[in-house]
Amino acid sequence: MKVEGKVWRYVDTDVIIPARYLNTFDPKELAKHCMEDIDKNFSSEVKAGDIMVGGKNFGCGSSREHAPVAIKASGVPVVIAAGFARIFYRNGINIGLPLLEIGDDVEKIHAGDILEIDTAAGTIKNKTTGDTFKSQPLPDFVQDIAKTGGLINYIKEYGDFKN
Amino acid sequence: MGMNMSEKILARHAGLDKVEPGQIVVCPLDLVMANDITGPPAIKEFEKIGKPVFDPEKIALIPDHFQPAKDIKSADLAKSLREFSRKNKIKHYYEAGRVGIEHVILPEFGIVAPGMLTIGADSHTCTYGALNGFSTGVGTTDLAVGMATGKSWFKVPEVVNVHLTGKKPADINGKDVILTLIGKIGVDGALYKSLEFSGEGVKELTMTDRFTVSNMAIEAGGKAGIFPFDEVTKKYVDEHVKKNYEPVAPDADAKYCMTVEINLSDLKPVVAFPHLPENVKKVEDIGEIKIDQVVIGSCTNGRFEDLQIAAEIFKNRKVNPNVRCIIVPGSQAIYKAAMHAGLIDIFIDAECVVSTPTCGPCMGGYMGILSAGERCVSTTNRNFVGRMGHVDSEIYLAGPHVAAASAVLGKIATPSEVK
Ligand code: SF4
Repeated sequence: MKVEGKVWRYVDTDVIIPARYLNTFDPKELAKHCMEDIDKNFSSEVKAGDIMVGGKNFGCGSSREHAPVAIKASGVPVVIAAGFARIFYRNGINIGLPLLEIGDDVEKIHAGDILEIDTAAGTIKNKTTGDTFKSQPLPDFVQDIAKTGGLINYIKEYGDFKN
Repeated sequence: MGMNMSEKILARHAGLDKVEPGQIVVCPLDLVMANDITGPPAIKEFEKIGKPVFDPEKIALIPDHFQPAKDIKSADLAKSLREFSRKNKIKHYYEAGRVGIEHVILPEFGIVAPGMLTIGADSHTCTYGALNGFSTGVGTTDLAVGMATGKSWFKVPEVVNVHLTGKKPADINGKDVILTLIGKIGVDGALYKSLEFSGEGVKELTMTDRFTVSNMAIEAGGKAGIFPFDEVTKKYVDEHVKKNYEPVAPDADAKYCMTVEINLSDLKPVVAFPHLPENVKKVEDIGEIKIDQVVIGSCTNGRFEDLQIAAEIFKNRKVNPNVRCIIVPGSQAIYKAAMHAGLIDIFIDAECVVSTPTCGPCMGGYMGILSAGERCVSTTNRNFVGRMGHVDSEIYLAGPHVAAASAVLGKIATPSEVK
């Protein structure tokens, strides 16, 4: 998947979706409150195709899949971070939201930069600064999940885990 | 090269002689768990797959977060869990009056046992590592797929060896141990890794201490927090578990990516400052910090021993007039035991609020929400911005001893300051 979009930059966070909204699982409803505790403007100003960039341990804390769902429903096609919290990472993969880890290089991306990303190859070009970055390629098993569009589709397609 | 406990449990379940860190394995699961927040969306995803549940005996659906329902939406969530459980004859579904906080009742009801592989759609599922199992938190989709296939995928983690030595002083409990560890290694110190506990100091920890420690493995980023099986575990398991189980022990030459040493005799009562569990300080070093609320409960510290520790401090004393103290036993059995031991009398005489078992205030659900600028000392596990209410409120994490002493003195205090 190739995408190009404007960057929303955050540091480490657990406030992707505050707990007070967890009594719904409607993606559109969740998107309305995405990031609101640290950035009131996010949900009204984010555009489909915009890219979220985070620091280390991004998405730490709760296992709430509401968090990547809220991000995906905001129109964000990919999240880049220095590193992701484990459950958030798994959930992202499972719902088909590509997550790219680039370590300290994340410091070279700023709010408002325009990025061009090839998620399959793991390459990121910062069109504003001219820098390019590479993330770790995803393991084959994880790529299979991504190709089918998430774990539910994967299981529907293969009936079970392949191995 | 031998295997550590995480590798042994994953290898055994995957049907392999050996696994290595980084390897992806697909394993059959012994238990799949969700609650009233994570269960309903998982049920929706599950229904898209179009398969029956893999085994109604190996699924636990626990309505504990917003229950008894705090509002109509929460009531709808509980209803969805209830209807699904009845329709699919889910064995471990419990109504209000029988239920408690998931990570307290699953061990108490003997549903989790040593050597088991458990996934739960709740990040504190790592609690059952205290019982020598590999259990880890997952999201909705993993849960749905787990309910349908009875399997999940795992990346075999690297393991941090937490080596415990020394004697545990009388004013120290599991919360001081885990907060001290998180203070040392940070909230991402065990990211993508398991914590495994070893050393002579392990036997110093009661089962309650171990549940508290394993519970907060996730606060160091950990995938699991596993204790070895010993007499303490065996005694607990003999009292609670009715089924067969197979404990694991690490090989003498097991591989660890890092070893952290903790000498229990050096520990002091600690508190984690807002807004991260790694902001750990010794209570004796912090000066005067006035507080508005105290919460004693949750899957971290809502067990009988925690209530006993608090009651010792509250006995013949009162909560400071500027403070409200909310006590939430983790299960009906704990509530009843506390009542019979006279602890509930002590709490009410001290002018505490005593609640029915629920997650309640821990995640800002209901019953103890903080207003702007308010400070709370809480025995829960997270002090993130807005976790218990207003984004400008503050949460200080501590054990039941510090929480109770703070409630009495109206400021964050050690038990020895309460005279
Ligand atoms: S008590 Fe708190 S941390 Fe534990 S399961 Fe409930 S909400 Fe989660």
